Amino acid sequence: MIPAPFDYVAPTSLADALAALADSGDEVKVLAGGQSLLPILRMRLNAPDRVVDLGRVEELRGITEEGDSIVIGAMTTYAELLASDVVREHAGLLTKAVQEVADPQIRHRGTVGGALVHADPAGDVGAPVLALEAELVITGPAGQRTVPATEFFQDLFETAVGEGELLTAIRVPRHTGWGSHYEKFVRVVHQWSIVAVGATVRVENGLIAEARIGLTNMGSTPLRARAVEDALVGGPATQDSVREACAAAAEGTNPPSDLNGDSDYRRHLATVLSRRAVLAAAGV
Amino acid sequence: MTRISVTVDGVGYQDEVEPRLLLVQYLREQLGKTGTVVGCDTSNCGACTVHLDGHSVKSCTVLAVQADGHDVTTIEGIARDGELHPMQQAFHECHALQCGYCTPGMIMQAIDVLNDNPHPSEEEIRLGLEGNLCRCTGYHNIVKAVQQVAGAQAPAEAAVAMPATAGAQVQA
Ligand SMILES: Cc1cc2nc3c(=O)[nH]c(=O)nc-3n(C[C@H](O)[C@H](O)[C@H](O)COP(=O)(O)OP(=O)(O)OC[C@H]3O[C@@H](n4cnc5c(N)ncnc54)[C@H](O)[C@@H]3O)c2cc1C
Ligand code: FES
Ligand code: FES
Repeated sequence: MIPAPFDYVAPTSLADALAALADSGDEVKVLAGGQSLLPILRMRLNAPDRVVDLGRVEELRGITEEGDSIVIGAMTTYAELLASDVVREHAGLLTKAVQEVADPQIRHRGTVGGALVHADPAGDVGAPVLALEAELVITGPAGQRTVPATEFFQDLFETAVGEGELLTAIRVPRHTGWGSHYEKFVRVVHQWSIVAVGATVRVENGLIAEARIGLTNMGSTPLRARAVEDALVGGPATQDSVREACAAAAEGTNPPSDLNGDSDYRRHLATVLSRRAVLAAAGV
Repeated sequence: MTRISVTVDGVGYQDEVEPRLLLVQYLREQLGKTGTVVGCDTSNCGACTVHLDGHSVKSCTVLAVQADGHDVTTIEGIARDGELHPMQQAFHECHALQCGYCTPGMIMQAIDVLNDNPHPSEEEIRLGLEGNLCRCTGYHNIVKAVQQVAGAQAPAEAAVAMPATAGAQVQA
């Protein structure tokens, strides 16, 4: 199918992009990589009057190091993120998760910012961003504000990015020396996660010193498995101990039921995938 | 209408297009390059794969206006002086197609896989083609064709790169 007609603007600076949003009506859509938006427009699930394409705003692209953080421009593509040694070394969980997103063609176009604002609970970028305790930089007519990941994800397809605002960057604290793994469960390749678990842990002398775990598709937003984290910390990085801690993975979750599995099945998956993710992250 | 200027298969074009025009429609309907086909409505099948600035994309999921100022290569632009591209030749020799509908996209993606990784393992080839669906072949001969080209690129490694693989399905 073909999208309904719309006006198209392709600003070349952030200031122009914000201005283009400000002088558009309500029916405006931001276009990043288009890998979610274009399918939606083709299906006519949405028919904006105007599309503001961020594809030519160079300042929103690229990965830089700033003090204790890695700063990822919102328009950085999955493929660019995967090619980054800095991300691999200091925020390895993101690399591991993005490897599992869709397929190579979609990873050439899709952006980290687009994925986060789209906020599909089955999307693979949210849980690592939450687990890595990243901050999201949002820019609007009133200037720039920074929100923690815990406040960014608000509901199904809903984030802290308001009307007239753009997600401009993701600040990820360095997790240098942490092991990480993203365990995604699907029935066929290049499918959305039925459930996935991202784990990043710091092991010291055989003990788990710190652990952060993010759950994908276990509720309307990405979730932290805090009970598992608490149970892991201070314990040995062994099969038995990790298995016991991961039994709590579904605590506080509210997973959906659909054709891929009911919510009890997803709760079970969360415990199994958490164990696999933590063991792989800890190198056990 | 928006004015765009794109290079397609080495030739520069300037056109007025509707912003909603998909790149694949532009290629097929405006330029007559019907070698690139549409196989789905969901961005899943990969039949429409072309290269944009040297990287594979699904041309049903890119607007023609997004290609403004960029370089597009389609299946129609990879043969040279009447000689098939090595990947086209290998698909032919390995019988890597049956109905042929997935073939233009499959070949463009297979070229992208080897551009990124000239010596992929069988599993890397299968994962590299995960966004391209084939309803006929069972993928086995497609993988063989890619291995044949990879082997030819590095004769020394051909022996290791081309075992008679049993087609182990990649587990996602
Ligand atoms: C076949 C297929 C399979 C897929 N499989 C997976 C998968 O396995 N895992 C996964 O995680 N994802 C998957 N995806 C989705 C993919 O990751 C999308 O690319 C991603 O969700 C959106 O990123 P984008 O840059 O393409 O954004 P777009 O599609 O351009 O935009 C998405 C939404 O975000 C808004 N937006 C984008 N950027 C900004 C910004 N900077 N500020 C404010 N608003 C913004 C847009 O207005 C739009 O509403 C799949 C998609 C397809 C088509
Ligand atoms: S037609 Fe483009 S992915 Fe199917
Ligand atoms: S050969 Fe028929 S779909 Fe691939």
